Amino acid sequence: MGIHVIKMPDIGEGIAEVELVAWHVQPGDVVVEDQVLADVMTDKATVEIPSPVHGKVLSLGGKVGDVMGVGTELIRLEVEGAGNVAAGAPPVTARAAPAPEIAPARAPAPGPAAPAPKPVEAPPPAPMPPVAAKPAAPMTRAPGEKPIASPAVRRRAFEMGIELRFVPGSGEAGRILHEDLDAYLARRGAAAPAAARYVERHDEEPVQVIGLRRKIAQKMQEAKRRIPHFTYVEEIDVTELETLRTQLNERHGEARGRLTLLPLLARAIVQALREHPQINARFDDDAGVVTRYGAVHLGIATQTDGGLMVPVLRHAEARDLWSCAAEIKRLAEATRAGRASREELTGSTLTVTSLGALGGIVTTPVINWPEVAIVGVGRIVERPVFQQGRVVARQLLNLSSSFDHRVVDGADGAHFVQAVRRLLESPALLFVE
Amino acid sequence: MDTQLLVIGGGPGGYIAAIRAAQLGIRTTLVEGEFLGGTCLNVGCIPSKALIHLAGEFDKVQRYASENALGIRVQQPGLDAAQAVRWKDGVVRRLTGGVATLLRKHGAEVIDGWAEIVDGKTVDVRSQRPGGMQTRRITCEHLLLAPGSAPAALPSLPFGGRVISSTEALSPASIPKTLVVVGAGYIGLELGVAYRKLGAEVTIVEMLPQVLPAYDADLARPVAASLRRLGVTVQLRSTVLGLNDSGNAVRLRDEKGAEREIDADQVLVAIGRRPRTEGSGLERLQLDMDGRFIKVDSQCRTSMRNVWAIGDVTGEPMLAHRASAQGEMVAEIIGGAKRRFEPAAIPAVVFTDPEVVAVGHSPAEAEKAALDCIHAHFPFSANGRALTLEGGEGFVRVVARRDNHLIVGWQAVGPEVSELAAAFAQSIEMGARLEDVAGTIHAHPTLGEAVQEAAMRALGHSLNV
Repeated sequence: MGIHVIKMPDIGEGIAEVELVAWHVQPGDVVVEDQVLADVMTDKATVEIPSPVHGKVLSLGGKVGDVMGVGTELIRLEVEGAGNVAAGAPPVTARAAPAPEIAPARAPAPGPAAPAPKPVEAPPPAPMPPVAAKPAAPMTRAPGEKPIASPAVRRRAFEMGIELRFVPGSGEAGRILHEDLDAYLARRGAAAPAAARYVERHDEEPVQVIGLRRKIAQKMQEAKRRIPHFTYVEEIDVTELETLRTQLNERHGEARGRLTLLPLLARAIVQALREHPQINARFDDDAGVVTRYGAVHLGIATQTDGGLMVPVLRHAEARDLWSCAAEIKRLAEATRAGRASREELTGSTLTVTSLGALGGIVTTPVINWPEVAIVGVGRIVERPVFQQGRVVARQLLNLSSSFDHRVVDGADGAHFVQAVRRLLESPALLFVE
Repeated sequence: MDTQLLVIGGGPGGYIAAIRAAQLGIRTTLVEGEFLGGTCLNVGCIPSKALIHLAGEFDKVQRYASENALGIRVQQPGLDAAQAVRWKDGVVRRLTGGVATLLRKHGAEVIDGWAEIVDGKTVDVRSQRPGGMQTRRITCEHLLLAPGSAPAALPSLPFGGRVISSTEALSPASIPKTLVVVGAGYIGLELGVAYRKLGAEVTIVEMLPQVLPAYDADLARPVAASLRRLGVTVQLRSTVLGLNDSGNAVRLRDEKGAEREIDADQVLVAIGRRPRTEGSGLERLQLDMDGRFIKVDSQCRTSMRNVWAIGDVTGEPMLAHRASAQGEMVAEIIGGAKRRFEPAAIPAVVFTDPEVVAVGHSPAEAEKAALDCIHAHFPFSANGRALTLEGGEGFVRVVARRDNHLIVGWQAVGPEVSELAAAFAQSIEMGARLEDVAGTIHAHPTLGEAVQEAAMRALGHSLNV
């Protein structure tokens, strides 16, 4: 038997460190070749790390949320034969964490690309970490009785917002130990007592902001910190557009795929941008340069299980409606499945965000920094409208668009949205160029 | 804002808060009108311990001047009271100087002056300057009230003339021939015993039926016995009526209802301390009160935002170490940490002869708290070290829960037992069981062995009794 150490592989693109976002194995698990061990995350893409060998997991090199350098020890396996390190060699990194610390997290999106584990030897269930395996220690305290804990434990609990009276103590005389706090944290929320409807609740759940959530948080903070936003909302009569869309779908839906509003909007944006190039730009404010782009790489804000991601519809200006529609559909599916490549997730020059049927009256979208504008699409509702003195039913849609006021003046933003409105309200203009 | 944190009062609460705050990078200003170190360092804990030590040494030598068990022979000793006070003052100066150095070292500004609170963020400080009194207005983000307490006066015996407080008693010009001490609490007993050892005829008058009324009878008994041995007269269940007409004796009504007079060159009124919640414009803040104390929550917040209070103005027990712990906590909260004041126990020590220490619940207090407890004591008469210190009286007592043996209280009376406070408090804070203490090897020959033996005895297997 030998020891095989797998180091954090070089993901490419000059990335020096990656964030560990999920473990698929635990110490004691038997893994087969190509079985996915862990998910790591680079700037945007999540990458699965497969096992190159058969073996048994001895220890994990980090815990979920750790940022690990390329080349540090990711996992240690026991394998047949010699292995790749001398037995008993110390871990390469000091970060080899003791196994019980790892929370058994499931990957958010394993994806169909993951190599299927060979069916021959199903891995035995991972032994639970010792603390969790211990049944919840019986509360030795009567209700209302003061919990026993050392000053250090009390301070730590207070800092974490934990009421010690809810924490079972496993120590002598029911004393609450640091381990009890850890165990309580790990399983909190799992075993809430059957709640009456009007019981006061004092539970709190700390949710670690890691992985994609951390990236989103950083990006949003950066955008709001750097960019003075202004938002311009306009109501658009899409009755004609919807009629056209319905007809196109009736006529070409089967052969070319169905159209949603998005490809039509994309086309209108592409055309409006010709006269408003300052909108399709990225502002490097550190260098003080706004770069305007001929190409329209349209970011499509997409909700996934893990959080918000923005795949990019490349060269929207060179695509017809159906090509747009097909590409948007493909990107959305790939992104939700976690298969979108890094290229497909970077490089947008302008972003569209649509809440679809959820899209309230007004939104104040946050610009996808370093871009300078974002177009938010609301929902379409039928409303009574005065037309030549008569009340008629019309399909109305609100566009809520935000602009970087440092480089886009109010008038410019308004002109751009009005141009889009003209195109959408008289859709024939989309085809007369 | 002139400063982030303004601390009023340089006692053990205020100066600790200022040092900790300055350590945390908070701009801190401390205003003290009298002396840094407050009551504790200047007219309380430290000078009284110096006086008690002095009296103890003098008493020892005096005993050696006559027939004694140790066989020591000395000539009749004398006492230079002025030199004794100089020595005590030297100790005090060294400590208060240390406080000033620490504050300076950590960058806290100290203003020598009296604070007059204008509002929750503004304080006028009056200072004596070469050109006369000067007032400086300081604005702050946080205001920390640590004004401490002062000796409480007795309406029938107002301070002045022969009637003195502990402050004056700690700097005697000479030792009075006769001293009447009103109040047999820890201050009255500590000073009464010290004066007795320095040669005064001491009578202690107490309204309640025992000395050290805050402690249980078992703890008070060895102290009362020692008072008898030292020749201190104790008048229990007696009420002081005032001075007699010529002002050279204290009139009192004794337990039988009879009026008597006791000659007194000096009368020490030691009936307790009152929080300094009046003056310095504190009333102007209209803070919520809790009886005579400022009401604070578990983080020492008062009813006004960013106005904090610590120490004796916030309630019992009025002890320096409580104030310091609160001060440190408030500084850390202002510095952004999550903290609250939740000690399992606050130890209390009395430097009588023998000394007394109490941490946590006594058996009676445990019963009152509806805890089903067992308790056991180990007598110092069975402790080798106590006997070598000529201190075979007293005991260590432990109180623990019957069901899980969790220790909820420790008390001891005996020679030098104040030092046991550390072990007592630690075992309670850590949630120790009797088995934990019984299973810890205690060094022989020390008084601490009695701690282990008490725990063993509570478990039913004492080895040395």
